[in-house]
Amino acid sequence: MKILVCISNVPDTTAKITFTDNETKLNKNGVQFIIGPYDDYALARGVELKEQFGGSLTVLHVGEADADPQIRKALAIGADDAIRINAESLDSYYTAVQIAEVAKQNSYDLILMGRESIDYNSGVVHGLVGEMLDIPSYSPVMKLDIEGSEVTITREIDGGKEILKAPLPLVLGCQEPIAEWKIPNMRGIMTARTKPLNVVEPVSMEALTAPEKYALPAPKGACKMIPASEAETLIRLLQTEAKVL
Amino acid sequence: MSVLIYAELDNGSIKKTSLETIAYGVKVAAATGDHAVVLAIGSAEKRELEKAGHYGASKVLHASEEKLKHENSLAYADTLVQAAQQEGSKVIILSKSGLGDAVAARAAAKMKAGIVSGVTALPEIGETFKVTRSIFTGKAFAVTEIKSDIKILVVRKNAIELDESSVATVQAVVEQFAPKLADEAFKATVVNVEKASSELSLTEAAVIVSGGRGMKGPEHWQPLIDFAKALGAATGCSKPVSDLDWRPHHEHIGQTGIKVAPNLYIACGISGAIQHLAGVNGSKCIVVINKDPEAPFFKAADYGIVGDVFEILPRLTEAAKTLK
Ligand SMILES: Cc1cc2nc3c(=O)[nH]c(=O)nc-3n(C[C@H](O)[C@H](O)[C@H](O)COP(=O)(O)OP(=O)(O)OC[C@H]3O[C@@H](n4cnc5c(N)ncnc54)[C@H](O)[C@@H]3O)c2cc1C
Ligand SMILES: Nc1ncnc2c1ncn2[C@@H]1O[C@H](COP(=O)(O)O)[C@@H](O)[C@H]1O
Repeated sequence: MKILVCISNVPDTTAKITFTDNETKLNKNGVQFIIGPYDDYALARGVELKEQFGGSLTVLHVGEADADPQIRKALAIGADDAIRINAESLDSYYTAVQIAEVAKQNSYDLILMGRESIDYNSGVVHGLVGEMLDIPSYSPVMKLDIEGSEVTITREIDGGKEILKAPLPLVLGCQEPIAEWKIPNMRGIMTARTKPLNVVEPVSMEALTAPEKYALPAPKGACKMIPASEAETLIRLLQTEAKVL
Repeated sequence: MSVLIYAELDNGSIKKTSLETIAYGVKVAAATGDHAVVLAIGSAEKRELEKAGHYGASKVLHASEEKLKHENSLAYADTLVQAAQQEGSKVIILSKSGLGDAVAARAAAKMKAGIVSGVTALPEIGETFKVTRSIFTGKAFAVTEIKSDIKILVVRKNAIELDESSVATVQAVVEQFAPKLADEAFKATVVNVEKASSELSLTEAAVIVSGGRGMKGPEHWQPLIDFAKALGAATGCSKPVSDLDWRPHHEHIGQTGIKVAPNLYIACGISGAIQHLAGVNGSKCIVVINKDPEAPFFKAADYGIVGDVFEILPRLTEAAKTLK
């Protein structure tokens, strides 16, 4: 089985987000970057499938060199090799074109992604890549089992879940509880240093969207505290003041 | 030309979030001088679909083939693209949901359309076409220009104020729509669909009562459920609660769970970790009940009560029962 896992490189979930350069750039100062939490699920399941069926597991990132430590971490967790497409990725379409290009040259059986990246979160890259490769895409996938060439998928739908059987190849957006996040062990960290991380240049295309500027939400007004002894007044305030009941 | 709006169906009716999206699309159409056409896929009664007119849409295309019964983003995207071609649509609008994102993405790739998901307000249309969307799980916004000829917007709940009192009684014209569907879209077979149909869906609910580890255990959930019932609310929970199996996984709200945007979110015994807030920061009004006055959730709340949930909740339930 030939597996590709696409990872994004995003600020840690607890990071405080601010912008610089006249609100046109993310301020990376003091921000810790991580593999996208959903992508981490995809990677963990990918590693398990590789252990089960053999084959190869490649990680792919579209982004700049500052992502290399996170890519090395993915190698330490169990990927065999890595590809970094050396381009800034701010637009989902552009990112998908780059991923699809690599996929076309390598015919993977399974392309695993996260349900969404948590920076410019969209949840659309898997659908775009699936369509560009003309293969099915499903998201968010909570359970993934493979027997022969048949794949059984449990995915979340509004208010419930759906179980599907589909043939390979597939593109899947993953979420918990598809697998437990994996932490690299010492041996993994050592071998990761010598695993190949191939940097390739992007295919050129004009982006269809262009970010113009960023903004932070307006600061929240003070919280109105209601003494516990008068808790009942909350209901009236919600009805007459906040008008949400 | 037209603005095309994809309206999701649930049990034969247009979803509430999709009604809001129709109203949004109608406003966009007014700004571009086009008319608004709705596409509905799946089975529904004509009368139900005519309601799109109440929100200002002139026409509904209805693709109702049996084959389209299951949520199939591949076939739905095929259908959407053909509808857009027939109607000459340059702007296509969908609601933010798993299905909405998947259909939008596949349609965008077919049409080489710029796609922006998570839109939170009406676009600014002038010489350029700009949208505002939520990024970093609600911690910030981005203003983005869409430069392609065809533009796809996936819109979040509460992107516009939906004023129910201005809803008109005009009926939309419903036309059958029969797309040509490629076999490739049906390679997967649906084995089973489990839907908690009796429960109010979290993404549609106007009010949510949610519990955290402060609720102490699954056997103590009844006061929260009673309160939710009194308010006609859906119930949710924090991640540890679903990890511990106190509550089902589909109730898990937050960064790695469901993102909700109700009018009212009531958090009971939830500390307010940033990953939890990421799932609720689209809510209009947030109430926090926590015995710790230092709980970070109070900083994100509109109303707060410092106290013991087990003492407070039954009293709130009684007070809610007197509501009309
Ligand atoms: C990558 C990542 C993703 C995550 N994603 C999510 C997510 O999607 N959703 C999520 O919820 N969490 C998520 N988390 C976990 C998050 O960091 C917190 O651990 C979690 O939200 C805490 O849940 P809690 O508030 O229920 O529990 P606690 O933090 O244990 O808080 C319990 C609260 O209850 C209060 N309390 C106790 N007893 C009472 C009482 N009798 N009456 C009133 N109040 C009481 C306490 O004062 C306390 O504030 C994520 C973490 C990581 C690292
Ligand atoms: N820059 C990137 N490089 C590689 N994979 C990415 C990148 N951005 C997004 N992805 C993948 O696509 C998934 C969905 O991303 P998005 O549509 O941006 O929410 C993510 O969970 C990743 O698996």
